[in-house]
Amino acid sequence: MSMINVERLAVSYGKGQQQVRIVNDVSFAVEKGEAFGLVGESGCGKSTILGALAGRNQQWTGRIEIDGEQIGQKRSHGQLAKQQMVFQDPFGSIHPRHTIGRTLLEPLEIHDKDRRQKRVEKALTDVGLPLNFRYRYPHQLSGGQRQRVAIARALILEPRILLLDEPTSALDVSIQAEILNLLKDLREREGLTYILVSHDLAVVAHLCDRVAVMQEGGFVEVATKQQLLDGTVTHPYTRVLMDGSRGYVTSSRNA
Amino acid sequence: MASSSNLILSVRNMSVEFPTLSGSVMAVRNVSFDVGREKIGIIGESGSGKSTTGRAIMGLQPPKANVLADRMMFEDVDLLEATEKEMLGIRGKRISMILQDPKYSLNPVITIGDQIAETVILHERKSRRQARERALAMLERVRIRDPQRVYNLYPHEVSGGMGQRIMISMMLIASPSLIIADEPTSALDVTVRQQVLSILDELVVERNIGLIFISHDLNLVRSFCDRVLIMYAGRIVETIAAKDLHNATHPYTRGLLDALPSLDHPRDRLEVLRRDPAWLENN
Repeated sequence: MSMINVERLAVSYGKGQQQVRIVNDVSFAVEKGEAFGLVGESGCGKSTILGALAGRNQQWTGRIEIDGEQIGQKRSHGQLAKQQMVFQDPFGSIHPRHTIGRTLLEPLEIHDKDRRQKRVEKALTDVGLPLNFRYRYPHQLSGGQRQRVAIARALILEPRILLLDEPTSALDVSIQAEILNLLKDLREREGLTYILVSHDLAVVAHLCDRVAVMQEGGFVEVATKQQLLDGTVTHPYTRVLMDGSRGYVTSSRNA
Repeated sequence: MASSSNLILSVRNMSVEFPTLSGSVMAVRNVSFDVGREKIGIIGESGSGKSTTGRAIMGLQPPKANVLADRMMFEDVDLLEATEKEMLGIRGKRISMILQDPKYSLNPVITIGDQIAETVILHERKSRRQARERALAMLERVRIRDPQRVYNLYPHEVSGGMGQRIMISMMLIASPSLIIADEPTSALDVTVRQQVLSILDELVVERNIGLIFISHDLNLVRSFCDRVLIMYAGRIVETIAAKDLHNATHPYTRGLLDALPSLDHPRDRLEVLRRDPAWLENN
C-alpha cells in the first residue's frame, strides 16, 4: 500500500479575481519507505505541493491519501502529526529567542504528548546532537547544527513522512554531506517516507529513488534514480537540469 | 590565451584584520596571488574570507577593518597608497564588482537605464544623451530584448536573471580591466544561470580582461574558470588549474570534492570533511 497517494491535485493561492493556480492536476504515489524527489526552477510549484501535503495550504482540490486514510482540507492533530516539514533556512525557521529545548517542546505541547523530556532527549540523540544543546539558543549553533535541530523538531512527533523543502541549500558542501548522510540513516533506521524538494539534481539523485521533474505546475517527467545516473532521461528539460548540476556548459566553445 | 602574461593585479601577503573586544580577528591571512587576463575562481566555505578578499581589493572593507599587505598593485596603481578620491576614479571604471543578488544591489528607486548611464556620466563625463545611447547598446549586448522598454523599468519589475544581466551591463559599460564577481549566480535558477554565465564569459574573453569569480560551488568554478584558489580559514591552501581540480592534493580540497554528491560518481554515503588543525598552521 502506498504511503502517499495523490490524485489530480490542484493548488491555488488567492481569492476571486486574484486567484492563481500554481499546481495543475498532479498525480503520484509514494511507497512506504521510499524517497521521492521534486525538482524544478523557482515558482514551478514544488514547495506548493509540499505545503498542501503538510496541511499548510488548504486551497486544494483533488484527492490526497496518507497512510491509507483519505484526508480533507481540515485535519485532526493526529493526521497532521503524520507528516512533518523541514525548511530550507535553519536561520529563519527556528525561533531566535527560544532555547532549543523549548523549540522542541512546542510540538509536544500542541499535540498533548506525554513523557516530554524523554522525547526531547531522544530527538536530540537521533540527530546526533549532545543533550546539553537543549539549553542553547539558535545563535549559539552553526548552520549545520541548526538544521539538525529543525530535523529533530520534525521527528519529535514520530511522523511517518518527512517533507523536506531544500534542506541543504543554505549549507556549505561539507555540511550538506553531513545532513544528507543523517537523512539517509534516519530513513533506513526509522522506515520513514521522504518527499524532498530541491533544485539540485545531484542532491535529489543521491537521496531519492524516483524524481518528478516539474515545470509550470505540472510534472514533465518522473525519472528513476538509475535513469538519472545512466543519463537515459527523456525530457529535454530534465537534461537542462542535469547539465546545471554539473556546472557551466560552454555552448559556443564546443561548437 | 596569448596575453595571459599581462599582469592586472598582484597581491602579496595581504591580511585583513577586524579589531574586536576580545582581540583582533584575522579574516584573511597572508594571501598572495596574481590575476592576469584570465578567469580566476576563489572557492571556500562561508567564513573562509573569500568575499573579504574581493572587497579588500576594491577598498570596500568595513571602516574598522585593517588591510595589511606587502604589495597590492593594480596595473599602475598602488592600492595600498591610493587615497579615497583616487579609489573613486578606479571603482566602477577600472575595477568593478558584481554582487550576489540583484534585488539588493540595484537601487530600487532609479530606473535601470539611468543606473547604467550613471556610470558613463560619472566616469566618462559624457552627456545624458550619449550615456543613454551607450546604456541601450550595453543592454542589447547582454541579450536583453527590447532595451528601450527595459531602460525605463525599475529593478522590481525585472526577473532575477534579467537583474543580474543588468548588473553585468552596468559593471562592464566603463570597460574595466578587472571584474570581481561575488557569487554572481547563486541566487539564480540553474536554467538562467547558464545564460548569465555565458554572457559574462563572452564579455570577459572578448574584452580580454581579468575576472575574479568568488563562489562556493565547486562544479561551477571547475567548469567556468581557468585557475582556482582554494581558501580555508582566511588562507589560500591551494592554487590549481581548474581542469586539474580533480587531481587536487590538499586534503581540504579533496575533502570538499568528496563531500559533493554527483550524478557521474554516485556513492552510497558522502564523505564528511574532517578538519585538520594543521591546515591552520603553515602559510
